[in-house]
Amino acid sequence: MNAVVLPLVNAGAWAWGLLGASVVAVFGQDFAPYVLYAIKTLILIMCIVVPLMLCVAYLTLWERKLIGWIQVRIGPNRVGPLGLLQPIADGLKLLVKEIIIPAGASKFLFVIAPMLALMPALAAWAVVPFSPELVLANIDASLLYILAITSMGVYGIIIAGWASNSKYAFIGALRSAAQIVSYEIAMGFALVGVLMAAQSLNLGEIVMSQDGRYGVLNWFFIPLFPFFLVYLISGVAETNRAPFDVAEGESEIVAGFHVEYSGMTFALFFLAEYANMILVSTLCSILFLGGWLSPVPLVLAESIGLPWLAAGNIGWLFLKLFMVVSSFLWFRATFPRYRYDQIMRLGWKVFIPVTIVWIVVLGAWMQTPLWVWWK
Amino acid sequence: MAELNFQTFIFYAFSAVLVGASVGVITSRNPVHSALLLVLAFFTSAGLWIQLQAEFLAIALVLVYVGAVMVLFLFVVMMLDINLEKLRKDFWSYLPVGGLVAALLVLEMGWILWSHFSADGFQREEPAPLPADYSNTKQLGRLIYTVYVYPFEIAAVILLVAIVAAIALTLRHRKESKYIDPARQVEVRRKDRVRIVSMASEKKPD
Repeated sequence: MNAVVLPLVNAGAWAWGLLGASVVAVFGQDFAPYVLYAIKTLILIMCIVVPLMLCVAYLTLWERKLIGWIQVRIGPNRVGPLGLLQPIADGLKLLVKEIIIPAGASKFLFVIAPMLALMPALAAWAVVPFSPELVLANIDASLLYILAITSMGVYGIIIAGWASNSKYAFIGALRSAAQIVSYEIAMGFALVGVLMAAQSLNLGEIVMSQDGRYGVLNWFFIPLFPFFLVYLISGVAETNRAPFDVAEGESEIVAGFHVEYSGMTFALFFLAEYANMILVSTLCSILFLGGWLSPVPLVLAESIGLPWLAAGNIGWLFLKLFMVVSSFLWFRATFPRYRYDQIMRLGWKVFIPVTIVWIVVLGAWMQTPLWVWWK
Repeated sequence: MAELNFQTFIFYAFSAVLVGASVGVITSRNPVHSALLLVLAFFTSAGLWIQLQAEFLAIALVLVYVGAVMVLFLFVVMMLDINLEKLRKDFWSYLPVGGLVAALLVLEMGWILWSHFSADGFQREEPAPLPADYSNTKQLGRLIYTVYVYPFEIAAVILLVAIVAAIALTLRHRKESKYIDPARQVEVRRKDRVRIVSMASEKKPD
């Protein structure tokens, strides 16, 4: 093991030293530390974004496969073994297709809109903790940061709808804007419950406050069950996924906000939607399902002689994430699209009162000895 | 003149974007472009606040103004059919009053800054950087719920009254609306809608 790793580490250290020396030579002593810091951060960002993009690509395949099985079909199986090269083929096809800009479109905004949609979906990952040490930027108010950054994703959709100069696209953009702003409130209230229970705005600390001897029973989805449901459903609505996908609404407004987009510009919207879906699922796992913590209680793991089962591990996070993401696909295969007024009613008249009442209940509950989720 | 280090470089870069975007807000010919430039201005000022180590305020600015207020603003502006040429026709007649107000504002702000900085002879120590574990958010929360609890609660009540008033003023039920109470929709059973009739499939021969 060491014989393989050690030369690699040495080579890495040597390359880093060479890079440092050349940066000092180019930028001078004053700016070199900042430039080096920027390069280091860029490498770390690539370590998150590249696997994320691969996950997005294979999530599209998993979606088509899973929905295929749910509907007793086979799903894609032509490209590569078991259809495993399908996402690569799709990506290639979208890359080489022509990007059409409508004659009446506002060109600059039309081109920048897909980037604005994708950027927040990637920027939010900066503060997501994968394990106690594995986090790019461990900032104090990371939950607030995520809320703020994800709330900017809607601009990509609104600008796309407006800049296309098409009525279908515009209606899709308006629907999406109204829907996202409405569900953000319910989502925000659900997060208030989480930070009350965890006593922290830091995602890592929120996970650690769900740590305990009883495994799955220590997680927040039990005392915060209404918030868990509201967050999950609002997450589906925020990402414009079925059954809340009226912003696309093929049967009424063709494809909604991205009706005029083709090729790679369309692909960016697609990437943003799936990256957002993975982000919401990860947050759901971190906030309510204990993040990287093991669901197995310590007592149980010791009694069957496998104490490592109760230890926290990044694999648990991926497992939870996979299950939540798959439930998103399951929703799509199961529910018919909501009517628009029903969406608004659910957001404003059901979720917001439910969360407000449960915040009061939670506040009272936490003052009593019946609250057993303290560390 | 402070030496040009990385922080001042970032400050000047952000300030340049901020000033440029703000000028764009009032000079842009298209109201949607103006609104988008205002979003950019908010975002850059949030960046400046981060530099002042006021991270909670910066995040709140992005969350509230960029994420919610400006979305609704754009929502309205996009649907309006504003003819800006018509609006600009009266530019010169409004200029004296507007100029006077602007000059007054600049004078007031300059006065405050001048009296503030002249007190210690335009020499000011850079404040010591806060320790890494200092939580801006926690401090603000503590202050709001202890020292400033009454102003905070009063502001909250005023906002609540404003919400109720706005809804009460604009809510109207249209007679031709086909809205059905969802509870009644759920209550419907088969026998309310369908009547099964038993009848011969063919006409009996006479």
